[in-house]
Amino acid sequence: MIDVNGLRKSFGPSEVLKGITTKISKGEVIAVIGPSGSGKSTFLRCLNLLETHNAGSIKIDGKEIDQLESNLRKKIGMVFQHFNLFPHLTVLENITFAPQQVLKTNKKEAEKNALELLQAVGLSDKAHAYPSRLSGGQKQRVAIARALAMNPEIMLFDEPTSALDPEMVKEVLQVMKNLVKTGMTMVIVTHEMGFAKEVADRVLFMDDGRLVEDEQPAIFFENPKTERAQVFLEKVL
Amino acid sequence: MNLDFAQLVPSIPYILYGIWVTLQFVAVSLVLGFLWGTVLSLFKIGKVTILRWFADAYTSVFRGTPLILQMLIIYYAVPQLTGMDIGAFTAGVLTFALNSAAYISEIIRAGINAVDKGQKEAAIALGVPYRSMMLKIILPQAMKNILPALMNEFITLTKESAIVSVIGALDIMRRAQIVGASNYRFFEPLLLAGLIYYLLVMMLTLTGRVMERRLAKSD
Repeated sequence: MIDVNGLRKSFGPSEVLKGITTKISKGEVIAVIGPSGSGKSTFLRCLNLLETHNAGSIKIDGKEIDQLESNLRKKIGMVFQHFNLFPHLTVLENITFAPQQVLKTNKKEAEKNALELLQAVGLSDKAHAYPSRLSGGQKQRVAIARALAMNPEIMLFDEPTSALDPEMVKEVLQVMKNLVKTGMTMVIVTHEMGFAKEVADRVLFMDDGRLVEDEQPAIFFENPKTERAQVFLEKVL
Repeated sequence: MNLDFAQLVPSIPYILYGIWVTLQFVAVSLVLGFLWGTVLSLFKIGKVTILRWFADAYTSVFRGTPLILQMLIIYYAVPQLTGMDIGAFTAGVLTFALNSAAYISEIIRAGINAVDKGQKEAAIALGVPYRSMMLKIILPQAMKNILPALMNEFITLTKESAIVSVIGALDIMRRAQIVGASNYRFFEPLLLAGLIYYLLVMMLTLTGRVMERRLAKSD
């Protein structure tokens, strides 16, 4: 489904991605882990063109992505570390905004769909609240519902629990686990090793802009091949 | 103390009518200045280099020269260069609109830049087109940052409008001077004019507070 080949990205003189090659199949759940500054987030942001890569290629269903293909972006949902909910819109308006603007869904249908999604993330009672009234965990669940409202085929998560208080992490991970069960293709940049181990089909370990290991979680966490992965796991586990 | 407000009484309606002239003047300048300022701010944050350059140069010139000079140039130069006669009111409005647009464009640009970058990214990631992103997501949030500074600009404009009296527009200021000259008593009419300006500014300040409170409902 996603075919990444020799992906390179620089910010000024510093090269953050030094040639990433990998394939992600439909329905796969990928956990991207690694030390901070290793290029995980940049890699994820390249996948939906929030960053434009300098070299290499990203193909989705065989088609090269570039800015002109805004249709491709509709296929990809993204959840951010800092939620990025629209503060001047209610929860319901946050979720219905893009379907109405982009997919031209009528208001009634968008709202019906949004309420179903809110129920799925356990926030039916917050439909008319403004984001400032929600806890971090609730905000992130709304953000997930907002991304799902566009019916994406792929969901990208950029450290979705890193900005949360510890007691809120679980509720967000639970929503993500439910999403895994639906067969959604997911790429998750995360520091939650337990979660990665439990739900991921594959772990991509990145360090210094390179993809160092690409392994099943059971093998990666028990028996990391490279020294860099060993050092990293020793620090975080 | 040599004050005689009784002498002023017959002239009060004449001075009060100046409120209408001043308000008209300020309102037209404001609307034109705001529209032109919005366009300039979009030039400044846009990707077209020549428009960005133009907007920056424009702002620099209008902020870097005295307002009264700009007004006199427009008032005297337009007829001299084009042969078209231009009234004091029109010249004044034109000057104030062009001048305040320079300030307003900076206010709006700063307001837009102060909106969290994540808002734009979230909209882009949802596939929202540029136009609806700006109109429905970025600008409504920018307005909240902009409003206090914008209100300040409106207040300045109301007060500074008094300099159109120099080219003879019959605003509050000019009327107070005329009354003063005909009675040989300047202090009383000027005091009245000052009181009127102060009340106008207070009204604007209160309006601004009400609007800010309304925009803050999502906090």
